[in-house]
Amino acid sequence: MNDTALKNLLFRLADDELITGHRNSEWTGVAPILEEDIALSSIAQDEIGHAQAYYTLLADLGAGEPDAFAFLRDASRFVNAQLCELPTGDWAFAVARQYLYDAAESVRLAALSRSNYAPLAQLARKLSGEEKYHLLHGKTWINHLGRGTDESRARLQAALESAFSYALGLFETPADEAELTAANIQLPEAELRRQWLTVVAPVLDGAGLTVPAGRAVEGGRCGEHTEHLAKLLDDMQLVFRSDPEAEW
Amino acid sequence: MITEAQILTALQNVHDPEIPTLSVVELGLIAEVQVRDNAAHVKMTPTFAGCPAVEVMRRAMEDELLSLGLGEARVTVTYDPPWNSNRITEEGRRKLKEFGFAPPAPYTGELNLIQIMDARCPFCNSHDTALESAFGPTLCRSIHYCNQCRQSFEQFKAL
Repeated sequence: MNDTALKNLLFRLADDELITGHRNSEWTGVAPILEEDIALSSIAQDEIGHAQAYYTLLADLGAGEPDAFAFLRDASRFVNAQLCELPTGDWAFAVARQYLYDAAESVRLAALSRSNYAPLAQLARKLSGEEKYHLLHGKTWINHLGRGTDESRARLQAALESAFSYALGLFETPADEAELTAANIQLPEAELRRQWLTVVAPVLDGAGLTVPAGRAVEGGRCGEHTEHLAKLLDDMQLVFRSDPEAEW
Repeated sequence: MITEAQILTALQNVHDPEIPTLSVVELGLIAEVQVRDNAAHVKMTPTFAGCPAVEVMRRAMEDELLSLGLGEARVTVTYDPPWNSNRITEEGRRKLKEFGFAPPAPYTGELNLIQIMDARCPFCNSHDTALESAFGPTLCRSIHYCNQCRQSFEQFKAL
């Protein structure tokens, strides 16, 4: 296998984390309670750190520099799933998106821990431990809101309905999947999606929520994005692009 | 000829800027030490991948090793083995407590709320404590409250 498929995989993993981390960071200072302000800021820091670790693996493969990946690419070159870039929304949407995303990440990391590409397997084992805190946090809030008042349950259900199709898009089959599975670098997306549903469905069910029906919103893995990504990048890349040569 | 033991002793002088009471050795960050001729290569395994102190500690470790008179000192980051909180030494756990942090509970690879809630107050040793938040002022700390001495405290997370 040439390493193009591997690099593409690393970009998908990294971009998901970077864009999710940035959206989480938008809750800093404005979360409903102080503890959640700290929690989402910490999760943002984790996810952005994970993006940096994946970008570093790409740098080790000679693909370029981590800062340039994050701050000098335009939206059409990002390959995150569209779920990650959707606007912050209300607290119910933050909980729904974060839980669906973290459950997907934990399934993916468990599979990558057995990847044939050793640097990725080692990193996945490392990140799995951190991810457990995110998943626990998400699950706790799914239960808080799902078993809370009629309003909290209704709003969370509505948020799940709007996030779910996008969450299915996390498992969009990439063009080079056959190469990755043949080299035992990662499992097929369809299999990860099946595992994810077996994790998510009982948790939603247990919290009195309904697993939404829906078709995957795809395209993110090919660089097709909603208008929201370009706006997010305008914010995120502004400082770096104002002086790319600056020493920090 | 500088030995591995001398290197570990020197690294006792490098501290985690977020928990300055602990050295990088006591925190269990040192994964491997190689010394050949007059060159040393140390591998560190970070607590959290997103820990902002990694680069600061990495450079401080290189400076410390060069001050031993080594011709070359290289410190690199590895995730193999992944750091876990059981790597904190006994001395490290004692210092955490002295500093007002509850040491982490033994980590088994699994994680649940009961486990995170199970913290002993570092000030009065009471077990009658409550979890305030699984996320604290740095990635590696959670926030708790002691019902006995009525103080909030932090615990180093089991990971």
